[in-house]
Amino acid sequence: MTWIRITEIANIPLREGRKVAVGPHEIAIFNMGDRFLAIQNQCPHGQGPLADGIVSGNSVVCPLHGWKTCLESGQVQRPKDLRECVRSYPVRVEDGIVLLQIEDRADAGGKPAERMCTA
Amino acid sequence: MEKLIVIGNGMAGVACVEQILKHAPKFDITIFGDETHVNYNRILLSSVLAGEKEMDDITINGLDWYQSNSIGLRLGVRITGIDSAAKTVTGDDGSVTDYDKLLIATGSTPFIPPVPGAGKEGVFCFRNLDETKALLERAKPGIKAVVIGGGLLGLEAARGLQVQGADVTVVHLMDRLMERQLDPVGGLYLKRMIEDMNVKVLLNKSTTEILGNGHLEGLRFKDGETIDADLLVIAAGIRPNVELGRKAGLNVQRGIVVNDFMETSDPDIFAVGECVEHNGVVYGLVAPLYEQGKVLAATITGNRGPVYKGSISAAKLKIMGIDVYSAGFFDDTVAGVESIRYEDPAMGVYKKLVLKDGCLAGVILVGDVTDSHRYTEWLKSGADLSKDRKNLLFPGSSPDKGLDIAEISDAETICGCNGVTKGDIVSAVHAKGIQTLAQLKECTRASTGCGSCTSMCQSLLRAVVPEFEEERKKVLCGCVPFSQENLREMVRSQQLKSVQEILDIYGNGAGCEICKPALSYMVDMAWCGDHEEDRSARFINDRVHANIQRDGTFSVIPRMRGGVTTPAELRRIADVADKYNVPMVKVTGSQRIDLLGVKKEDLPKIWADLGMPSGQAYTKGVRMVKTCVGTTFCRFGTQDSITTGIELERRLENLFTPHKTKMAVVGCPRNCAESTVKDIGLVGQEGSWQVVVGGAAGKNVRKADLLITVEETADALRAAELFFQYYREQANYLERTYDFVERLGMEKIRKETVYAPPPVQEALLTRLAKAKALSKDAWSERDTPANPTQFVQIQPLETVAL
Repeated sequence: MTWIRITEIANIPLREGRKVAVGPHEIAIFNMGDRFLAIQNQCPHGQGPLADGIVSGNSVVCPLHGWKTCLESGQVQRPKDLRECVRSYPVRVEDGIVLLQIEDRADAGGKPAERMCTA
Repeated sequence: MEKLIVIGNGMAGVACVEQILKHAPKFDITIFGDETHVNYNRILLSSVLAGEKEMDDITINGLDWYQSNSIGLRLGVRITGIDSAAKTVTGDDGSVTDYDKLLIATGSTPFIPPVPGAGKEGVFCFRNLDETKALLERAKPGIKAVVIGGGLLGLEAARGLQVQGADVTVVHLMDRLMERQLDPVGGLYLKRMIEDMNVKVLLNKSTTEILGNGHLEGLRFKDGETIDADLLVIAAGIRPNVELGRKAGLNVQRGIVVNDFMETSDPDIFAVGECVEHNGVVYGLVAPLYEQGKVLAATITGNRGPVYKGSISAAKLKIMGIDVYSAGFFDDTVAGVESIRYEDPAMGVYKKLVLKDGCLAGVILVGDVTDSHRYTEWLKSGADLSKDRKNLLFPGSSPDKGLDIAEISDAETICGCNGVTKGDIVSAVHAKGIQTLAQLKECTRASTGCGSCTSMCQSLLRAVVPEFEEERKKVLCGCVPFSQENLREMVRSQQLKSVQEILDIYGNGAGCEICKPALSYMVDMAWCGDHEEDRSARFINDRVHANIQRDGTFSVIPRMRGGVTTPAELRRIADVADKYNVPMVKVTGSQRIDLLGVKKEDLPKIWADLGMPSGQAYTKGVRMVKTCVGTTFCRFGTQDSITTGIELERRLENLFTPHKTKMAVVGCPRNCAESTVKDIGLVGQEGSWQVVVGGAAGKNVRKADLLITVEETADALRAAELFFQYYREQANYLERTYDFVERLGMEKIRKETVYAPPPVQEALLTRLAKAKALSKDAWSERDTPANPTQFVQIQPLETVAL
């Protein structure tokens, strides 16, 4: 699996998110200060742009209707007890560049691309 | 009726008169005061300097109190002589007044160290309302202020000056701050907290000269060092005013000597407060004067019996976020005395209890004063604590909540600022049927001062009032569990200039979509541009200055002041709509044009092509001023609503408000632009304007309340501005004007805006002007974005086939 060079870290301001399209994937990358996190950009509720949300701890709040999603696991945390989730992506930083790892279908052994949450 | 003359219109004299009035009427009372103000709460001057209270807020007894109690009041007259043989007093206005009984309550004056240059312009004391006023005028952001004296008053002055924006240094002669109340370790903890507040502290510094040619330029110290200063406050202690006592031939030592009945050596002369000496002790704090006043009132009215046995000196520093409490005796180097200590440097908590013969003799609390009342009670009661020593440092609360309250004696002062005892509160509850904290404040004034006794008052009410309803503390949100009022104060006093800082210090460090925008607003209001705006704490609309729509696109509404446009503007709008394939162009309810379905990356280009400023239709801020055509065209118009509306919009545009603010100006009472359902509306009529506020036509429908009727257009605009700024400062975030006016009541709002004293009005308008000067058209970020990817989508550095 390859790491894809996305952008310079300065392009994602502290505690904000930015949208990036990689092939068919629309991904929101967040600068958490001590690390970067990435999840699928569409909120499972109304497809709201999660990159435009307010960061709350390790979660992001969708700007449209306030659903709250964990940036680490992709699990929806509000409303409670929903089994909804979005895909999360591994991120690392190298030489001031944010890199993403995106599992493609072949790597996933023919399974659906979205890594389902465990809830 | 006998004639009672009171020299001194301060807290001690008037509190004593209040006690005298509780006895059977016996006196024809006249009070002389050398200040020109009615009786006010001197210990709250620091709150005035810190901007927490207005000068009017600290009045204890207004003129109506003197009148209704038939008390003669002679303000601005200093008594210069007492003839105890002829039983007369002489004033500096030449008046001679005779008395049957005389009460000296002259208090004390600041001690000015004998340093050359102390008379220079720019050198102040901080002891009365006029000095406070003068300090407020001088203390401006950036000026260098020095406070000589690191005691209670000096530190409170330093904090007040720092809140006003001054660069403050405290210069103290001794090796630690508040050395009369703290031991060396406590002093160290306090110093750290004061320095964290951005106030510099210089210890062991003896000032030898005040520099400057006519007006102050700096200070020179004994060690030869110098410091620059634009403003100097001397708070190096107080000296009792005993001169009159000497002139009257009384026994005077450090203070005017009184016995346990508060009698002086002359049977017709009494003295109370800071000017007296009882058992060799002169008190400089507030609680003793109430205790003395009660005894004196009994003695002077012929009910001699109660005795004054001295007070425990208990001092509390009134600086938000810096908790210091000290009472009794704390020198543990004396034989027979032992101390128990607790220190937590990380939390900044220091506690020290001094025990003598198993009883508490003194206590120092820094950083955590929650148990101060219990310690005070133990000090007073002399309870034997030898059995329970291991719990002394953390007494906790007993399982029976009522027990703590029951343990307090009726005579104990609950509210030190206003001298209200537990007994006063309990009897007020029974006599007046008090059920809420608000009623208690109204009836007894308890908890209206520094507020440190509020929880105590609540516990008392809970224990005494069967149907007491807890006033639910409305906290902003779970992330930062304080009321918005408290938070506003914290932001200001602790100089918090970023949302994250507030969350890190007072909250859970994370924050959420509720508190972050609210804190953003508070920081912006408090520092008004003099801070780093944290865009990440703001809703997406305020990051890109457009309103997010259900599909993630944005809507663009340019400002169209008063709803007036031009053919050229309309052409540009039409061209933009074509060029960017805007899916919908719509006329809004606000007399403006909305371009809907715009992509984020097109926003800056569209703004540039429009060449119009932002209409702020996406934010909690000034939306618009709707107008009717008024006298410009309408045959019924009585006022020029278009010009006035455009002017109002120009004056307020680009400013943020607690919630959206919609306005309208109409030229006649037919109200075609619906002023009466707007947050602020002007309704023109023949020869005058009505200014109305708090209207709504959204989720709620509410007819606006009349603020004021004025003849001149300029006055109508001014009234609108006064209300606007008042709402900006006083409302909670997300509180619309219609809730705001109902919460505060129009009477209070009028009193604090359009009917406020001229300086208060000017101050509101000055703050508005400052904010306006720092505001800018949000759409100017089309040329200077806040960050490089504010509007553009990130393009990956490499493409990969997936």
